[in-house]
Amino acid sequence: MIVRESNQLVNRLDWGTIILYFLLVSLGWLNIFAVVYDLQADQSIFDFSLRSGKQLIWIIAAGLLITTIMLVDFRFYSSFAYFFYGSIIIILILVLLFGREVAGSKSWFTIGSFQMQPSEFAKFATALAVAKYLSTNNRVFYSLRSQLTLFAIIGLPAILIILQGDTGTAMVYAAFVLVFYREGFSPLLLGIGIAAVILFVLTLFISQVYLIIAVVVTAFLLIGLNTKKTKRIVTIAVTSFAVISLVVSVDFLVTDVLKPHQQNRIKALINPDGDPLGYGWNVTQSKIAIGSGGMWGKGFLEGTQTKFDFVPEQSTDFIFCTIGEEHGWIGSSVLIILFVWLLYRVTIIAERQKSSFARIYGYSVAAILFFHFAVNIGMTIGLFPVIGIPLPFFSYGGSSLWAFTILLFILLKLDAHRLQVLTR
Amino acid sequence: MIHKNRKFVIRLTFILIAAIYLIKLFVIQVLSEDYQAKANSNIIDREIRYPFRGLIYDRNGKLIVYNAPVYNLEVIPKDVQLKDTLAFCEVFDITREEFDEKIAKAKQYSYVKPSVFIKQISNVAFASVQDYLVDFPGFRIQARTNRAYTYRNLSNALGYIGEVSPYQLERDTANFYRQGDYIGILGIESKYESQLRGKRGVKYKMVNVRGVEKGSYKNGAYDTLSVAGENLVSTIDITLQEYAETLMTGKRGSVVAIEPKTGEILTFVSAPFYDPNLLTGRNYGKNYSQLAADTTKPLFNRPLMGAFPPGSIFKIVQALIGLEEGIITPQTRFHCDRGIIDCHGPHTYQDLRGAIEVSCNPYFWNVYRRLLNQNVSENTFVDTEIGLEKWREYVMSFGLGRPLGIDLPHERAGYVPGPSLYDKIYGDNHWKFSTIYSNAIGRGELQIVPLQMANLAAIIANRGYYITPHLIKSIGEDGQPLVRYREKNYTKISPEHFEIAVEAMSDVIKRGTGMRANLPDIEVCGKTGTVDNEDRGEEDHSVFIAFAPKDDPKIAVAVYVENAGQGARAAAGISGLMIERYLKGCTERPHMEEYILNGDFIY
Repeated sequence: MIVRESNQLVNRLDWGTIILYFLLVSLGWLNIFAVVYDLQADQSIFDFSLRSGKQLIWIIAAGLLITTIMLVDFRFYSSFAYFFYGSIIIILILVLLFGREVAGSKSWFTIGSFQMQPSEFAKFATALAVAKYLSTNNRVFYSLRSQLTLFAIIGLPAILIILQGDTGTAMVYAAFVLVFYREGFSPLLLGIGIAAVILFVLTLFISQVYLIIAVVVTAFLLIGLNTKKTKRIVTIAVTSFAVISLVVSVDFLVTDVLKPHQQNRIKALINPDGDPLGYGWNVTQSKIAIGSGGMWGKGFLEGTQTKFDFVPEQSTDFIFCTIGEEHGWIGSSVLIILFVWLLYRVTIIAERQKSSFARIYGYSVAAILFFHFAVNIGMTIGLFPVIGIPLPFFSYGGSSLWAFTILLFILLKLDAHRLQVLTR
Repeated sequence: MIHKNRKFVIRLTFILIAAIYLIKLFVIQVLSEDYQAKANSNIIDREIRYPFRGLIYDRNGKLIVYNAPVYNLEVIPKDVQLKDTLAFCEVFDITREEFDEKIAKAKQYSYVKPSVFIKQISNVAFASVQDYLVDFPGFRIQARTNRAYTYRNLSNALGYIGEVSPYQLERDTANFYRQGDYIGILGIESKYESQLRGKRGVKYKMVNVRGVEKGSYKNGAYDTLSVAGENLVSTIDITLQEYAETLMTGKRGSVVAIEPKTGEILTFVSAPFYDPNLLTGRNYGKNYSQLAADTTKPLFNRPLMGAFPPGSIFKIVQALIGLEEGIITPQTRFHCDRGIIDCHGPHTYQDLRGAIEVSCNPYFWNVYRRLLNQNVSENTFVDTEIGLEKWREYVMSFGLGRPLGIDLPHERAGYVPGPSLYDKIYGDNHWKFSTIYSNAIGRGELQIVPLQMANLAAIIANRGYYITPHLIKSIGEDGQPLVRYREKNYTKISPEHFEIAVEAMSDVIKRGTGMRANLPDIEVCGKTGTVDNEDRGEEDHSVFIAFAPKDDPKIAVAVYVENAGQGARAAAGISGLMIERYLKGCTERPHMEEYILNGDFIY
């Protein structure tokens, strides 16, 4: 019976996604080798003292994780969603207390020579909790209390991670807004969020005074068109006030709240040539590496910028530079298309779920992967501030590879059993 | 499920972001070539392989100019870690201010690339600082070569090298030179620059962000080897040169000796002289300004640049033109009446040979008059003009009045006056023989360069032709001089007329004014000249040209000593000693050497 069941499982698995997954993981592995490969010492990709060799171990271990995920009953993930979430919150607190500091972030556990970053695993646990909460509370978006609970679920791990000093990873939790949007969250709020971001960016370019004048003029124009409705006048006035506060606060935010290195990242985004050897170094060198790839790239293992350490963090956060340099625009395009294909595929899987838990979880997967993909590649080509988050399946690192593997394969497990669920 | 259409918005967002990224990537990867250039400048470190500059030998294979290693101290500002800056300054003998200035300059150039910190540390100094280098991270030594000279002589002909100037860089359309390269500035170094310089090689290395070498770029596909410059063999006899410079010590003037048959210059002295080693190495700038400020003008290349009236040696040219024109014969005699033009010595009525021997002024006044006024025209003025023009052509065929074309820069032409000059001075048809007769005896407007004097001696030695005097007889493997130094240039005088001149010049040595150049068993021919300097209130210049042996001459020499009185004294003495030393290899008349060395010839 077990054999029959597992046969059914194999047949029902979404193999297209699995193939995409392995394609990305293997390409990532090859690129990690390309980064660490030294022209003068002819090394093997299997050399375990190199990052490529270590990544291979993580990949094999990821295979074991996948098997485990597949063998566990699919109902387990839904039933134990809060348990996962609660456990990871406790672990995050423990890391904060007993963790080890690596590069300014206290987000690592060290067991022997083995290091683990729990914040990576918090993503899938939060996704499970969000899916659980949203699927069990109907009309959640009509109750302020449930809305606050929902934001607390994503806010708690985010705050803990910020406390660890890893703002980049914490920002990923903003991706859940996309899930909420899909589930009926008012687009107005989404619109306000986007507008706020645009305004934020504008304040960095345009003088405060002009922006405030523009807001006031717009407000008076709007009021002038509809003088009769007092409610509208109040709304517009309040909105204008909010906008002006934001504008004023940006300056305060940039200069007082953000740490110097964070300020520099924003400065680098706006004007990387301002100090190419200082804060602009990462973006400048990253663009040089990618830009020098041309149409077809310099060829596998032929990249020079990444190999000679001009680009920082090349095997982790800036792994995309290696692809851009060695495989050119064609290679970059292939990678971007693979990612978008995977994202697209995940939304298809999510949409075909009968259970809202699985659907919401599916969108969480899509949102988290999308956020990582967009921010990671965006920062290497100077379209985003430098936020240290990995490129899923690609970047070097056991924690992130396993976390993304778990994230994706729980969805595939749920998907394989979608017909066994009664529509709610 | 009311929000089902929102999935399209989400998917569209994914695709939109991807599209934006693809476009941005296309812009920086395919459309812009800027990044490729920047990437290359990131990783490629051009290491120039400097070629060895060609060596220069003398005619007997003695090495005169070679390359000596010097060391440049380079700095990579990023790597500099000085625990004790003052100790560093002490070792390299610079002040703290200089140090700060140099470091700032290097930083301005590049933080990660090496730039020259101290130029040309000599071999000796390098040995003493070598051990300290380990204590100064960020500093390294780069070996280069500079010119060095075996002898302290011949500086005026050799010239020197120095860093290429911004002006030269601008004119260097072939892009051969880079900032900091050396280029020949004067002398042979400058004239034979293209043969001496060789070809620079380049090695492309890859470096990482810390400047650490990471192997050759593209396996050395773009690397080139340097090609050493061609070696030159000079015509100079460095031993004779050394001797001539010794004889000229304490005097001002020039000595030029030529091998008549080949036009090869054996000695080329400009006195006072300087040690060529002064204009090489670290103290080049300091020494140069000292030499330039020296009132005796050691940098003035007298054999090429000093032009003055030739004096009596020119009478030989007048005699030869007279014979060729047929206005005199060897038997023609004139009275030495001394009415118009003064003379010296107890003679009254000489034939041509005798007139040359005693240097009779009235004789050549008459010759010149016959040359200029041959009654071609009824009008005396026109007649003189025609005569002068014809005379000028003859004179210029002796290589006078124009640069001979020696392989050195800044050669002056001298001057042979023609009708246009006198038209300008006196006006058209306002001058005739009586106006310009000074030319008859090598005074007046005539001007001659010492090199041309030596060439004149060579022409008479060759009985009518010369090969352009030159300093390099063999270039590289080819073993030949430049083509223009292999051709004979003939004067407009028939060879048979020279015999009488040669005989007369032999008489000058045996019985006349050139007795100080008389050698016991070598038949020397010569002619003295005394350049009148009364106008300037200075002592006359002493001039002498000679060649020997009379039959089959091996050496022609012209000596000119400023303000040393009659040609019969210093100039004739030096000429004799030079000939003796060259043909016999030793000096058999120590008293004459004594006379020249100890005589006070600067009045």
